[in-house]
Amino acid sequence: MSTILSSAIAVTLALFAVAIAIGLLRVVRGPRAQDRVLALDFLYIVGMLGMLVLAIRYDSEMYFEGALLMALFGFVSSLAMAKFLLRGEVIE
Amino acid sequence: MPMVGELVVAALLLFSGAVVLVAALGLWRLSDFFLRMHAPALASTLAAWLVTLASTVHFSIRDGSLSLHVWVIIVVLSITAPVTTVVLARAALFRRRQAGDTVPPPLGGRG
Repeated sequence: MSTILSSAIAVTLALFAVAIAIGLLRVVRGPRAQDRVLALDFLYIVGMLGMLVLAIRYDSEMYFEGALLMALFGFVSSLAMAKFLLRGEVIE
Repeated sequence: MPMVGELVVAALLLFSGAVVLVAALGLWRLSDFFLRMHAPALASTLAAWLVTLASTVHFSIRDGSLSLHVWVIIVVLSITAPVTTVVLARAALFRRRQAGDTVPPPLGGRG
């Protein structure tokens, strides 16, 4: 792996980390529950993309399985939280 | 690995990093929830496509044959991201109606 590709991977992961930090700020700031759910949805997608970048970094296809699991479980958890926002208020 | 392939992979990855950063900034800076919903779609469409293309190029060059297994993630994302968006938008609309905010009125369905 050349220095160009490895430094590009490092920069990309750093950009992803900054994006995750900004998303975490949105999770903390809110202001409402749906904003937090939206930010968590964004966070799992960025984490999954970082997993795919790590697959290139370590030249291993094992990370792909992890990324696929993150995509599926992230979808299920986002949907569960969104449905909770919808139904929890209905019961109230 | 040929040099050109590495350059293509590096360019795609850097572009995807920039796109994800733009999505995060949009998530942070836009003022309203319904405006904010637009920003993360950038990460789940364009950035995911770019990372998938980079991964395809990298593993295809490494193996010497076309390697398309990462595209499963694109298929999964393009099925799941709209579902999450629609359910979350409906939840937000419902909660803001409950809170008494000014949101668009129902169109005749449950809203």
